[in-house]
Amino acid sequence: MKEEIIVSGRMNPMVDPQLHIWEWPIPLYLFLGGLAAGILVFASFYTLQGKEEKFRTAVRIAPLITPVILVLGLLALFYDLNHKLFFWRLYTTIRLESPMSWGAWTLMVVTPLAFIWSALNIRELFPRFDWKYSWLKQLETFFRKHIKVIAWILIIFSLILGVYTGILFSAFNARPLWNTSILGPLFLTSGLSTGAAAIVLMSKSHEERLHFARLDIILIGIELFLIVHMFMGFLASTEVQIQAAGLFLGGPYTTPFWLFVVFMGLILPATLEVLEIKGYRLPLIVAPILVILGGLIFRFIIAYAGQISRWLY
Amino acid sequence: MRYAMAVDTRKCVGCSDCVVACQTENDVPIGYCRDWVVEVVDGTFPELEIEIRSERCNHCENAPCVRCCPTGASHYSDGGTVLVSSRKCIGCGACIASCPYDARYPHPDGYPDKCTFCLTNRVQKGLKPACVAVCPTKCLYFGDLEDPNSDVSRVLKIRKWKTLIPEAGTKPHLYFLI
Amino acid sequence: MANRREFIRISSLGLGGVALAGSSLSLVKGSEVIGKLFELPLPDRQRQRVPTYCEVCFWKCAGWVYFNEDGKIRKIEGNDNDLNCNGRLCPRGTGGLGMYYDPDRLKTPLIRTEERGRQSFREASWDEALSYIAEKMQKIAREHGPECVALFTHGSGGKYFGDLLKATGSTNIAAPSFAQCRGPREVGFIYTFGESIDSPENTDIRDTRCLVLIGSHIGENMHNGQVQEMSDAIDRGATIITVDPRYSTAASKSKYWLPIKPATDIALLLAWMHVLIFEELYDKDYVERYTMGFEQLKEHVRNKTPEWAYGITTIKPHIIRETAREMGNASPAVIVHPGRHVTWYGDDTQRSRAIAILNALLGSWGRRGGFYRNANYEMPSFPHPEFPEPKRTWREAFPGKYNLATTVLANGICDATIPAVDRSCNFKGWIVCGTNIIETLPNQKNTIEAIQNLELLAVIDTMPMEITGWADVVLPECTYLERYDSIRTGQARKPQIALRMPASEPLYDSKPSWWIARELAKKLGLQDYFDYENLEDALDWQLRQIGSSLEEMQRIGVKTFERDADDLYFADGEEIEFNTSSGKIELYSADFEAEGFDPLPKYTPHEEPPEGFYRLNYGRGPAHTFSRTANNANLTDIMEENSLWVNPKVASQWGIKNDQYVWLRNQDDITSKFPIKVRVTERIRWDSVYMVHGFGHDQKRLTRCYGKGASDTELISRVHIDPIMGGTGMRGNFVTFILEDPANQRTKT
Repeated sequence: MKEEIIVSGRMNPMVDPQLHIWEWPIPLYLFLGGLAAGILVFASFYTLQGKEEKFRTAVRIAPLITPVILVLGLLALFYDLNHKLFFWRLYTTIRLESPMSWGAWTLMVVTPLAFIWSALNIRELFPRFDWKYSWLKQLETFFRKHIKVIAWILIIFSLILGVYTGILFSAFNARPLWNTSILGPLFLTSGLSTGAAAIVLMSKSHEERLHFARLDIILIGIELFLIVHMFMGFLASTEVQIQAAGLFLGGPYTTPFWLFVVFMGLILPATLEVLEIKGYRLPLIVAPILVILGGLIFRFIIAYAGQISRWLY
Repeated sequence: MRYAMAVDTRKCVGCSDCVVACQTENDVPIGYCRDWVVEVVDGTFPELEIEIRSERCNHCENAPCVRCCPTGASHYSDGGTVLVSSRKCIGCGACIASCPYDARYPHPDGYPDKCTFCLTNRVQKGLKPACVAVCPTKCLYFGDLEDPNSDVSRVLKIRKWKTLIPEAGTKPHLYFLI
Repeated sequence: MANRREFIRISSLGLGGVALAGSSLSLVKGSEVIGKLFELPLPDRQRQRVPTYCEVCFWKCAGWVYFNEDGKIRKIEGNDNDLNCNGRLCPRGTGGLGMYYDPDRLKTPLIRTEERGRQSFREASWDEALSYIAEKMQKIAREHGPECVALFTHGSGGKYFGDLLKATGSTNIAAPSFAQCRGPREVGFIYTFGESIDSPENTDIRDTRCLVLIGSHIGENMHNGQVQEMSDAIDRGATIITVDPRYSTAASKSKYWLPIKPATDIALLLAWMHVLIFEELYDKDYVERYTMGFEQLKEHVRNKTPEWAYGITTIKPHIIRETAREMGNASPAVIVHPGRHVTWYGDDTQRSRAIAILNALLGSWGRRGGFYRNANYEMPSFPHPEFPEPKRTWREAFPGKYNLATTVLANGICDATIPAVDRSCNFKGWIVCGTNIIETLPNQKNTIEAIQNLELLAVIDTMPMEITGWADVVLPECTYLERYDSIRTGQARKPQIALRMPASEPLYDSKPSWWIARELAKKLGLQDYFDYENLEDALDWQLRQIGSSLEEMQRIGVKTFERDADDLYFADGEEIEFNTSSGKIELYSADFEAEGFDPLPKYTPHEEPPEGFYRLNYGRGPAHTFSRTANNANLTDIMEENSLWVNPKVASQWGIKNDQYVWLRNQDDITSKFPIKVRVTERIRWDSVYMVHGFGHDQKRLTRCYGKGASDTELISRVHIDPIMGGTGMRGNFVTFILEDPANQRTKT
């Protein structure tokens, strides 16, 4: 029998007996960031493609919620900070090695752009909206003129934001479950997928819904592929990563992960969407809601399970 | 200069004096600790072995906590020690999550705290870190690795040693004599 | 008289009290304030640290108390010149400030308001509380004689109450450290070498080549100097042999661990003697020159072969031979350690004798790497009248028994308090200072019965320990960080003295023991025995007699003197007159024979645990001293409860999981009040369980430790008295596991 104990009664809050420094605000923040990134990627992509009218929801309506989402995410992050008065320190330095740093800067770029984008489309919600002051109107004209430039910046930074939500975790060598570079693309894909689902949910155009449902099926396929790939990577790796994968393969997170994320969050909605494309009449909101919930649960599970996974010594 | 510490697992009795001395020296609040003692028992009665380790921050050369810190609050200081400037820290917790040794804890005042090798309060005044100075078994050695005559250099030269999870790539500077 | 007392009361308020009446400023802060007010060049203004010696355990390491900017006590560090600690305090000494800062401390004198044991008290003034005690003591003296008051003491403060008791005409001053701890060892060594071991032990561990530990768990007991020297010995490659049913920390540092069947040590010791003698590995010259009775010993152990011992101890014969040879090869730099807490099975004096004899055969007594010769420093005592000759002593309560006991038996006082038909006089009053005898004496029922027969129980302590709950009067002593105490002398390689001075004014309404004893003496009309206004005056007088001064000691903390002669070890061929009846080291004890005891130690079998029961072994944890530190925040942070060590085979038989809480029930159907967390570990044999002593407090005023862990003492109801010196053998108790809360079981049935 091998026995390993901490004899000095160490019980540091939030670290012992196992790490739980990051509670619900962090996975929520990452989920909201990914969702906003997904919506904004589609909005700027179809703007650049010149399909603003064809995918009106994606380009004009869905982005209206992104400022709210991003601010909620940032509030969650802020709530999680333990030394809140020093928050401004984030923006006195750029540290490229630290995902938290460039993530903060990315958000510093994306959030104002999301506000501008929404401002430009505010009349979708309030058709008679008037900017009142002439300098605001001038500003509106200026941004509208350079919408393609904004779209280019936005698509790049939104993709970075989407990847960042995964990289934030994967940069932690200390937590073997997180320490896989697949987490970046995987969270990006998941963000795009939830973004697409949000658009489906909001769109009133059958054609647009169908388009994004198709897109979503592809994204879910990629996600499943990446998940399988992630586990293959873990299982082919060192003992610590095998043990980390074990959390999902027989360990405490097996049921929540495979049932709520993989089945109910990916496979089931993909199946429903396929059926819908094939012409079956189904309640339209089920599939996208499952995708969004799946994405949310996915972030929570990865955040919590990752903190359990550790090096063995 | 490169400060390092060596722990003689053959002499350590696990009394945790290092922990108490650190707490009183560094005003570590009750209920928290910067160092701790691990006991590993291996074997089956009566063929047994025990390894006792006084553990703390490894003051890594490639410190994940410094790397992930968004503000530079976690930084390298004299002799490669890894320190935290509380006035730069936003309390995001990334450094705590990034440490494979779980050597950091969130101080109730909001910033992460951990072993400093007693750099400013003792070492720079010519004293040994509190844990080293107090250890009744003299199982802790501290000094400059670049000075071949320092306590730590000498003991590492003559004894077999290991570090904890070197495969994590952190280049730790807490050595365990085995 | 009244004026003088008034004057003393004011002066005892101290500087801080004068500067800001009523505030509890520390000495440094207080003197800073007063220094600013009057611009006096007080030495304290510059003082950044003050000397002390530790009171958390009996080792009494000297150290320094440091302050933070606010003048509050911040940390305690060892004094580099102290031979007991060499500048390194143990965790308890380092955490000693937790005693000072403990919010649960006794704060004012208390007087009981309801029947004894109901824990109902009212606050009282010092004057009232002391008058109460004085009146009761005078009444007892009048009706039964002053000898009917006894003192239980442990630690420095007790000295003053000892003087007080002696002044009244009673010498019944008991410390549980004798009959509950090291008594058998002292008697065993006195009747072999003519000298007791005492404290700190004169074991020359740092220079030894072979250290043999019989159940002694150095490293878990933090007897500082010994732990340090064992570490030095490991560095020097010494062989350590540990005999212990448990894989102790020391065992894990040992070349040989002998997981002996409990209660069979004497068989092993005799087999070792057999091998040493019949393989001629013993120190022939030493044995011939210094000892008597070798031939009788040789005959005695002739058939005590390792094969014989194997059947008893379960230690394989070749291991017994190998370890004996290790000892023989290292001789005389070998120590068969006498241990410290040795009251185990009731034949403990004989076991200690066997250890002493083994050391004699190895020629280690008085030799480098064996046992060095102590140097003591005698302080001249402060002048006082002769103490009166007591009319009776505790011994008269035990006619013909325990004649070889060298000091008062704490359990004897307890027994002689309970009225018995054949005893003409019983103890009527107890003063208990600094020892929680509820947790210290075995057989709690007996202790409580004795208490219920008392006319006076006065308790002096810093903390509301269990014993205070039974008291008539509770007096709050200030902690060692708030008081002067007598100069520490004691034995070491060199003569040395150490000073303890206050680092703070006493918090709350607590007082130092010397003050309490003296004020009580005044009430009894015995103030001549305490003829000083402040203890500092007496200390300064004493120190000046030896060419030092209080001022010097305040500056240096410890003072080391040279030995009178270069006699740390016996010189080659030196003629030594041992302080025994024969003047030789007595392998064969005629004194024992005359008292009707075996002149040579014999192995006698002891009872074994019945089916489903396990022998209850207990010991020390490095972060705690007995039960007295259990509420110290700095130390509960390291260890807040004890756990029960259970072998994995036993655990799986019972279906007990690691970290599961269980209750224990002993052979006398006593169930532990609180559950204890199981540690399933290979480190223990399957026939015994183990826990650290000092937990399971049921005193609610100890808020931090109440109900944490279990108490071994409450399960030690069967005591095997050592007939030679009256020690209380406590390791013959067996326990079984109760998996469900006994409270629920009771309601079910």
